[in-house]
Amino acid sequence: MVDLINVSYDTQIPNNVGLSEDRKVLKALEKWHPGYINWWNGLIPEQFQKSQVYLRTAVSVDPKGWASFGYVNMPEYRWGVLLAPQVEDRKIPFGEHKGEPAWQEVPGEYRNMLKRLIVIQGDTEPGSVEQQRFLGLTAPSLYDLRNLFQVNVEEGRHLWAMVYLLHKYFGKDGREEADDLLRRSSGSDEAPRMLGAFNEETPDWLSFFMFTYFTDRDGKMQLESLAQSGFDPLSRTCRFMLTEEAHHMFVGETGIGRTIDRTCQVMNENGITDPYDINRIRELGVIDLPTMQKKLNLHYTLSLDLFGQEVSTNAANAFNAGIKGRYMEPRIDDDHQLTNDTYKVWDLVDGKLTHHEVPALTAINMRLRDDYVRDAAGGIGRWNKIIEKAGIEFEMKLPHEAFNRKIGVFANLNFDPEGNLLSDEEYKAGVPQWLPNKSDGDFIQSLMVPVSEPGKYAGWISPPKVGIDSKPGDFEYVKLHMA
Amino acid sequence: MTVASKQHLIDPEICIRCYTCEMTCPIGAIEHDDNNVVVNADICNFCMDCIPVCPTGSIDEWRVVSTPYSLEDQYEWTELPAQEDFPSSANESETGIEALDPEMAALLAEAHKGAGGKAVAPASAAKPVINLHTIGKPAKATVQGNYRLTAQDSDSDVRHIILSFESDKFPVLEGQSVGIIPPGLDEQGNPYLPRLYSVSSPRDGERPNFNNISLTVKREDGGVCSNYVCDLKSGDTVDVTGPFGATFLLPEDPQARLLMICTGTGSAPMRAFTMRRQRTVGEKSGGMTLFFGARSSDTLPYFGPLNKVPEKLLKKHMVFSRVPGQAKEYVQDRLLSEQEDVAELLSDPNCYIYICGLRGMEEGIERSFTSIAESIGLQWTTLRDAMREEGRYHVETY
Repeated sequence: MVDLINVSYDTQIPNNVGLSEDRKVLKALEKWHPGYINWWNGLIPEQFQKSQVYLRTAVSVDPKGWASFGYVNMPEYRWGVLLAPQVEDRKIPFGEHKGEPAWQEVPGEYRNMLKRLIVIQGDTEPGSVEQQRFLGLTAPSLYDLRNLFQVNVEEGRHLWAMVYLLHKYFGKDGREEADDLLRRSSGSDEAPRMLGAFNEETPDWLSFFMFTYFTDRDGKMQLESLAQSGFDPLSRTCRFMLTEEAHHMFVGETGIGRTIDRTCQVMNENGITDPYDINRIRELGVIDLPTMQKKLNLHYTLSLDLFGQEVSTNAANAFNAGIKGRYMEPRIDDDHQLTNDTYKVWDLVDGKLTHHEVPALTAINMRLRDDYVRDAAGGIGRWNKIIEKAGIEFEMKLPHEAFNRKIGVFANLNFDPEGNLLSDEEYKAGVPQWLPNKSDGDFIQSLMVPVSEPGKYAGWISPPKVGIDSKPGDFEYVKLHMA
Repeated sequence: MTVASKQHLIDPEICIRCYTCEMTCPIGAIEHDDNNVVVNADICNFCMDCIPVCPTGSIDEWRVVSTPYSLEDQYEWTELPAQEDFPSSANESETGIEALDPEMAALLAEAHKGAGGKAVAPASAAKPVINLHTIGKPAKATVQGNYRLTAQDSDSDVRHIILSFESDKFPVLEGQSVGIIPPGLDEQGNPYLPRLYSVSSPRDGERPNFNNISLTVKREDGGVCSNYVCDLKSGDTVDVTGPFGATFLLPEDPQARLLMICTGTGSAPMRAFTMRRQRTVGEKSGGMTLFFGARSSDTLPYFGPLNKVPEKLLKKHMVFSRVPGQAKEYVQDRLLSEQEDVAELLSDPNCYIYICGLRGMEEGIERSFTSIAESIGLQWTTLRDAMREEGRYHVETY
C-alpha cells in the first residue's frame, strides 16, 4: 500500500506518489536528476554549497510534517515530489465540465493547453533562482542569507513538481520539455526564460525583497488558479506548493518593512523630518523612502505584465475547459461557468481611461490581476503603518495600473503613476522621479555589504521581530563554510 | 465565576495575511477580513496543525484569559494585547494548563505522574500565571548571587542562585518552575531546550518586593544546564522562560496543614512554601511538617537556615542515610517511625501532601503510606486518589 501522506525515501527522489512502484517515471526522473544537480551546483557559489543552512524540509504533506527544521548542506537538500492529499470524489469545480469527476489522467483534447501551462509555470521556478544567484555574497545577515536559500531550494522543489507532471503525464514530449527547463536560462540571449520579468536582473537585496513581494505574488495567484484545476494531479501539486510560497511573500513583505523601519529610525535619530532630503538620508547609509517607492513602481508594474492581456481567449478557453480557474473559485458566488456574466476591464477611449463590460469568460486574466492588486495592497498598508508610527510624513502607494506597462491595453503608452496620459516630453521628464535609474541602483549597490556575524545586520535594514522557527536573535542560521 | 482559559491568537503586526493557516485548519477555526486573520476561540481545539505552516511565526501566540477575545475584538487589533494580569481572577486548576509550550507541559506531566492521575491544584490556591515568557521571548534575568549550600568538602555541590528580573515582569507562585536556557548548541547543532527548575523563593521575591527569585540547583556530572547555572557569576544575564506549573501550589487557606516530603533539591518548593507561610502567619503555628532526606547534614541544602525555623512553624525531620556510625535512615523509614503523627495528618481532610525529589523516593514513600493508611483502616490508593482529586496530593519527581 502506498503511503500518500509521508514522504518516502526509498528512491533517490523523496516523494509521496509511490515512485518506487512507478518504474518508468522513476527511471525518467533519475535520468533528469543529474542535470538538475549540475544546474544547482553551477549556480550557487561554492562556499554556500558547503555551508550548513538552517532550512525547513517537508517530511510529510500533512500540516505537522511539512516544516521540519534542521541544518542542511544545500546540494543534499531533499528535493522531492510532494502532492497534497487527494480529496475523495473531487469534482471539476468550474467550466463546461463542472460537476464531472476530476481527471486523474490528462484529457486528450486539452493535452497541449495543459502542457503549456505547466511548462510556463515550471519555467519561472528555476528562473528566479538564476536571477538571485549572486545575492548570497552580499547578504545583510545570516538570517537573510538563510531566507534567500530557503526561497531558492523551494523554487528548486517547485521545478521538480512541474517536471514530475511532465514526466508522468506527457510522455516523450513531456521529457523534452523538462530538459528544456534546464536548458533555458534567465537573461540568456539564445535561450531566455519564457516570461519577461524572469529575465530581469535581481541586482541587490531591495530588488530581491521587491521581487519576492510583487513577482512571487503573481506566482501565488497563478498557483491559486491552477490549484482549482480539474486535472487533479496539477491541483494537488499546486496546493502543496502554495504552502511553501507563503514563505516567499513573507520574505518580501518583512524585508521591505525592515528596510523602511531602519530608514525611519535613522531619520529620527538624526532629526531628519523631510523624507525628500535624499542626499542627507543616503549619507547616513540607509535607503530613502522615495527611492523605495521607485523600486516598488518598477517591480509592481513588471509583475502586472505577467497577467497577460486583459481580454484573452486563451484564458477563456483554459477556464471553460476546467484547466485553470479563478482565485478562490469555491468562494465566488456565481455559476462557475460564466455563461451570462460580464466583467469590467480597462479601456482607452479618446485618450481617456474607462471601464467597460466584457463577457466575464474573456476577462479571466483581468479578474486575477484585480485580485492580485487587492492582495498586494495589504502589505503597502502595513508598511505605511511603520512610517506613520515613526512620525514621518510619507506614504507608499501602488502606482496606477496604466503606468509603465509593456503588455495589455496600456502597453507602451505614456501614463504617469496617477494614471494621466502624458506627452512624450512630459513623460520623459517625469521618469527619473518614477522609476529607479542607474545612480539609484549604484547607491543601493554601495550599501550591499555582507554581514556574517550571528545576530548582526547591515546598517540599512532592521533585524526581524521574530526569528525563523522561533529562534532567538543571535541564532546562527547559516554556519558558513570557511575555505 | 470566570474560569481562565488558554486562547490561541495571531499577532497582527507579524502576520502577512497569506491565509495558509486558514486553509490548513481542519475545523474552520480561522477566518479573516480585510484587516486581520483571527482564531475563533469557540472552535479552536489546539490541534496545532496551523503552527508549522505559518511562514512568519505570528501564529504561535497564546494568552491565558478570563474571557476569550471575540472575533470582533481581534479584527480591530493593530497589535496583540499584553497578557492580562492574573494573580486573582483566573483558575488554572480548572483548566489543568500547566504550560503552553508542549515541551514544558510534557516535562511537567512526566514530573507529576507519580501522583497516579491528573494533578489538580488546591482549591484555595492563588491563580498562577503561566508561559509569560517563551523560548522565543525569554525574560532576561541578572544573577545577584550564587552561594554553595553544601559543605565545601562534600562531593555534592548544591547552589542557591538568586536571579533578578530588571524590567521583565515575572509573577511566580511558590511551587511553580522556571525554564533556564543554557547558551550554545547541542550535538545536533540545535539550541538547548530550557531545563525546568522549581523556584525556592516565595511569590513576593527572595527579598520582598525586589522582583527576584531563587533557585536551588545541584551540579550534575556532565549536565549542560546544571553546570551552566552552578557556574553563573553575579552580574551574568540568563534567559528565563515561564513560569510553568499550575497544580503543585500552596493552599491560601491559613488553616491548611502541609505534609512535605523531599530530598536534595526537591527542597526548593518546600522552602518557598515555608517562607510564604512565615511571611504571612508570622511565628504562629504554621501547621507544617517536613521530612527531608539527605546523605548527611553537610549535603542537606539549607541545613543551617532550616534549623533556625521555629518547630512550631515547621516540624522538621531531617533524615540522613550516610552518617558514619549510624544506621542508614531514609525518609520512608522516618515516616514509619512517626506513624502516629503521619496517620493523623492522612486522616485530616485539611491536610495537603507534597513530595518532591528524585524519582527513586516514590516507591518507598508509597510503601510507607500504604502501611500507615492500613493502620487506620484505609486503603492507600483510594485515599491518595481522593486526595489528589481534591488537590491535596502532589508529586513532582525527576
